[in-house]
Amino acid sequence: MALLRIEKLTKAYGGLVAVDAVNFKIYEGQIKALIGPNGAGKTTIFNLITGMEKPDEGGAFFNEQSITGLKPHQIARLGISRTFQNIQLFGEMTVLENVMVGRHPRTKADFFASAFRLPLVGREERAIAEDSFELAKFIGIASKARALAKNLSHGERRLLEIARALATEPEIILLDEPAAGLNDRETGELGELIYRIRDKGITVFLVEHNMGLVMEISDEVVVLDHGKKIAEGPPLLIQEDEQVIEAYLGKEIEHA
Amino acid sequence: MQVKENGILKKYIPLAVFALAIFLLPSHISNYEMKTLIFVGINAIVAMGLCLLMGYAGQISIGHAAFYGIGAYTSAIITTTYGLSVWIGFLAAILLSGLVALLIGIPSLRLKGHYLAMATLGFGEIMFVLFVEMEQLTGGTEGILSIPPLSIGKFIFATSQQIYYVVWIVTILLLVVALNVIHSRVGRALRAVHGSEIAAQAMGVNTAKYKIQIFVLSAVYAGIAGSLYAHFVNFINPTPFTLNFSIILVIIVVVGGMSSIWGALAGAFVMTLLPEYLRVFQEYNLIIYALILMSVMIFMPSGLVPGFLNLINQFKQREGIWRFLESKN
Repeated sequence: MALLRIEKLTKAYGGLVAVDAVNFKIYEGQIKALIGPNGAGKTTIFNLITGMEKPDEGGAFFNEQSITGLKPHQIARLGISRTFQNIQLFGEMTVLENVMVGRHPRTKADFFASAFRLPLVGREERAIAEDSFELAKFIGIASKARALAKNLSHGERRLLEIARALATEPEIILLDEPAAGLNDRETGELGELIYRIRDKGITVFLVEHNMGLVMEISDEVVVLDHGKKIAEGPPLLIQEDEQVIEAYLGKEIEHA
Repeated sequence: MQVKENGILKKYIPLAVFALAIFLLPSHISNYEMKTLIFVGINAIVAMGLCLLMGYAGQISIGHAAFYGIGAYTSAIITTTYGLSVWIGFLAAILLSGLVALLIGIPSLRLKGHYLAMATLGFGEIMFVLFVEMEQLTGGTEGILSIPPLSIGKFIFATSQQIYYVVWIVTILLLVVALNVIHSRVGRALRAVHGSEIAAQAMGVNTAKYKIQIFVLSAVYAGIAGSLYAHFVNFINPTPFTLNFSIILVIIVVVGGMSSIWGALAGAFVMTLLPEYLRVFQEYNLIIYALILMSVMIFMPSGLVPGFLNLINQFKQREGIWRFLESKN
């Protein structure tokens, strides 16, 4: 049984078909990558899966349950978490607080309980802080726990987004270009981190332009071009697929 | 964990100091000053609610005078026209201001930024017209007279000092509630909405629900203040509930510093006391008032409380540099 199944997913903006009847499956424990030239529709697929945009046709199934039409927060609650290509941190909050927000769907103190600080609130707050600090350590940003998110370096921000997403206890994490703007050393560490996330039992689905990273860590790759899936399979096969080479490098001009 | 314990201390020490100062003050000041401080407390309550909405959840309201008015009129009508107890009036003021906020909030909180500001401004104007025109209920421009003062059983809060204590106890309780909300899962969710709404949603925060809840809480603060106001001055007409007061409330929150609930308190003190102290300048008082406000915004754009905290931090850092340099020699 697939953990996440995408079926005939279609989204058009006016006349432009951004995602065109795309099908694929992600199995539990996999590291799967979604690649394609700029404007191929990768981020749109992320937005459709996480409920930030509504598909025109088709949909997504999580543990064989349809999640199409659910709100983003409901989808997060089910166990799908994500990061953003254009980093979306809570800049005026500390690193620890950013991760603590991620604990939201797994905790329950509501407005009333918080306002009057009922006994459960104090206990839960401590647990939230501790769990979040553990995650900050896991990701390697614990030393910056008290810093405001807006004061972090670019690499640290990318890591913080991952820590925050992990705090929601997802079954699958969607990483949108996690290596964008990272140097070689940071990219290497990111690869290691993705393995460690997978080893925690969390399935990883990433959009990435860094082919070195994608080919090294992915179990399977889906290739998208102009909204259509043009190839799917293990990295070695994808690298030799003619359609993929054509999409990335353009068609070879035939000489007469 | 270390981080946590410090947080709680940080939260309650200023609160205890502030509460102590407030309770010791009446024996050192005149009756007139006490009356002015009652207004500071009432304004502070509305401002704290608005600060939760603006500073923490990032939603703008330019119609908060309307909720203040709803609280005042509800209390006034229930205790005079219907002759019921002031506590029923007080509860009804809370319920009605919250209920109206719920009904207004559901459609208007779908709007963002300037559009939400416009919607709340429109709501404020509509409520003002209703206060004036629903004469049978509100007494029109004449208003409602002889609203009874607050009382418990046979004990009536009649003197300025008694009212001062009632108003400030309520203010401090509401400050505690606000601090509790801010330093909680809910408060973080609200600040997350302010920081990045889509990221908050992706973290499982039901942003629509939280925005409505904080809007309702903020309106309830205004309603409570309105009710206290009605029972303090014993007479209301539509004049205090205009757009003008809504804007003053926004100024209180911005001058004090939106990012801190203490800012709302500081803003209420400054903005309520300043006109009193500037009276000595007679016809120039408005000019000086405006100059002071402009200076605050130019030199402390984040508001008084965050501004002073920044100054203290900078000072500490400089001290640190000197200590560092001295230790090297």
